[in-house]
Amino acid sequence: MKKSVLLGTIAVAGLASGAAYADGHSSGTLAEVQERGTLNCGVSTGLTGFAAPNAEGEWEGFDVAVCRAVAVAVLGDASAVEFVPTTGQTRFTALASGEVDVLARNTTWTFSRDVDLAFEFIGVNYYDGQGFMVPRDLGVSSALELDGATVCIQTGTTTELNLADFFSSNNMSYEPVPIETNAEAQQQYLAGACDVYTTDASGLAATRATFEDPSAHVVLPEIISKEPLGPLVRHGDHEWGDIVRWTLNALISAEELGITSANVGELLGGTENPEINRILGTEGELGSMLGLEADWAANVLAAVGNYGEIFEGNIGESTPIGLARGLNAQWTDGGLLYSPPFR
Amino acid sequence: MATITDPPAEGFRLSQLIYDTRYRSMTIQVVAFILIMAGLIWLVNNAVQNLAALGKDFDFGFLGNRAGYDINQRLIEYTNNSTHGRAAIVGILNTLLVAVLGCITATILGVIAGVLRLSKNWIVGRLMTVYVEGFRNVPLLLWIIVIFAVMTEGMPQPRDFRGDEPEATMSVFGSVAVTNRGIYIPNVLFTRSLGGNEMSEAADGVPAAVIPAASFGDWALFLAVLIAGVLGSGAIGRWAKAKQEATGVRPPGVFWMRAASILVPAIIVLIALGATLDYPELTGFNFSGGIHLRNALIALWFALSLYTGAFIAEIVRAGIMSVSKGQTEASSALGMRASWTMNLVILPQALRVIIPPLISQFLNLTKNSSLALAVGYMDVRSTLGGITINQTGRELEGMLLLGVFYLATSLIISAVMNVYNNSVKLKER
Repeated sequence: MKKSVLLGTIAVAGLASGAAYADGHSSGTLAEVQERGTLNCGVSTGLTGFAAPNAEGEWEGFDVAVCRAVAVAVLGDASAVEFVPTTGQTRFTALASGEVDVLARNTTWTFSRDVDLAFEFIGVNYYDGQGFMVPRDLGVSSALELDGATVCIQTGTTTELNLADFFSSNNMSYEPVPIETNAEAQQQYLAGACDVYTTDASGLAATRATFEDPSAHVVLPEIISKEPLGPLVRHGDHEWGDIVRWTLNALISAEELGITSANVGELLGGTENPEINRILGTEGELGSMLGLEADWAANVLAAVGNYGEIFEGNIGESTPIGLARGLNAQWTDGGLLYSPPFR
Repeated sequence: MATITDPPAEGFRLSQLIYDTRYRSMTIQVVAFILIMAGLIWLVNNAVQNLAALGKDFDFGFLGNRAGYDINQRLIEYTNNSTHGRAAIVGILNTLLVAVLGCITATILGVIAGVLRLSKNWIVGRLMTVYVEGFRNVPLLLWIIVIFAVMTEGMPQPRDFRGDEPEATMSVFGSVAVTNRGIYIPNVLFTRSLGGNEMSEAADGVPAAVIPAASFGDWALFLAVLIAGVLGSGAIGRWAKAKQEATGVRPPGVFWMRAASILVPAIIVLIALGATLDYPELTGFNFSGGIHLRNALIALWFALSLYTGAFIAEIVRAGIMSVSKGQTEASSALGMRASWTMNLVILPQALRVIIPPLISQFLNLTKNSSLALAVGYMDVRSTLGGITINQTGRELEGMLLLGVFYLATSLIISAVMNVYNNSVKLKER
């Protein structure tokens, strides 16, 4: 009899947990986030400049800024974000299962992730490519000299596949050392357990910036892949996808139009440029079309700044990471950043 | 006046289902059964609905697609052009490899530690207590990571072996290289391999030479001859015993005959195949040649063996202590040596107690090998359950396959061990 009671209890517990799971998909993400009062945002477990807790334990970085921007747009509060650290392997499950509402974790936009994994990439916030980092005293100047090398690689990433393709297409062999997180990779690489560390070039720069002696390591000139990194949401909830997409576009357009966190208050008083007025909500109904307040974008820009400010503050040339704008400059400056018009 | 009344003719009342002990257990079981079935149906239905809501179907077709990633330790041919299914098999073989190695060393360690813990020598006894308690009471994951960290941080890099005055040198007469990428040991290759050998190209001054190689056939032949030798040795033993029982005299030189029947054919096969040792050599970034025991394998293997060995030591100690002291005293009264007492009297009886819990330790070890993930050992959890799931997004299918694999492996291990248990358990007639 005891056994029957136990099984009965398990059945009830199973029902309860299943019910909790099913509820997660019953209503729109926007309503859910507003009801909850916080945005669940998936970020990396720690990549300086992109997403890492600072000395006060607050998350900051380039990807974190996207989370904060969405939180301001939806909830009006940049601190109403619950950051969920995810690894390369756990990130998609976290998003698919509803554990996070947005995944901003330098994730490469690929066909199969967009189509087969049923996610929606809402844009590109960083145009990247995969590179290699080696210790300077190894005397290697090109990735084509890496035949037979031991390579540290984060598993579950596109870089893992690019690496395999690069070495086999150049008829070279290598020994992969699979690693779960960037921190582990750093430790293995510094201990010399691998000759080379490969990941997105921005990630390499960010990792190198945290080394005791960054100048003892070189990033090789070869960029072996296209890695358009961007935030993503679950497929199917288009209202939510639109909000995240146009929040990112607002950041990019704001830089193009010269709206900054410093002058946004002044510009709210009205300008000659109708597009600025439309973004800031002093003209037109763009906010209510998204189901948000009219001044949603103005709040976002006041809280986190425009794309350029976010870039310079977290990973730009004035920071230890020191990334140049390169491909990530505005299209007017010869880069690839190009937001569709706010109209 | 006696009135005889019939017991009240009651019909069946619904309350009897709860208050009547004849029906109560039945009621509870039926209710529980209905609840469980409802729960199961609901869970499956929920999964189906949510998968549909996410736009995901349930399909194992991904196993036939190109994997695209590389695996460092592979016991069978595998490249990044192979399929996800093959990657899963590579992972399964890696899991089985570390499980088999772990079970063997854990048993050896456990038996030694368990017997020594009963030693009358105070230091030996306490040392074994420290080993058992130390490993049994600290999580396995920590031991895996500690051993891995010691290997990675403490050992020299391959390039330290380079130069005229290298910082590190190879041990065991220059044949074994201990590096922070793992341990390189010599490998046995054959110059007359059954799988065929290639010739190296003749350069000026250096004539063309046969490149040693090894194929599956070589090792299968060697193993077959070895097993035949062991069986032959057993036959000689039985013959000697029969002769001893019939005549009272044991034929001379039985030990040497048994040793020769195992070794001589095996050595003849090795010479016929032209066995040579292939030493690891520093070329380019890494050592090449020989067998590369990666850090991940070493850390996992050692940690699993030491951890499970501590549990097995306790099981062995319990088994030995379950044999009453009178047995030892009786056997010494008969004039048996201590070693005979242990081998002929105590261990056979102790095995009955030892085997059943030992089975569950083997099962634990096999399942614990999935902690491989922590050190990047490419077992089935890391290939099928990790990278494949991540690249294809087939979480449910992958996890189901993983569950089926571990279930099947565990059932096979316990079936095999139960056969052995039946052969040593107390025969009740």
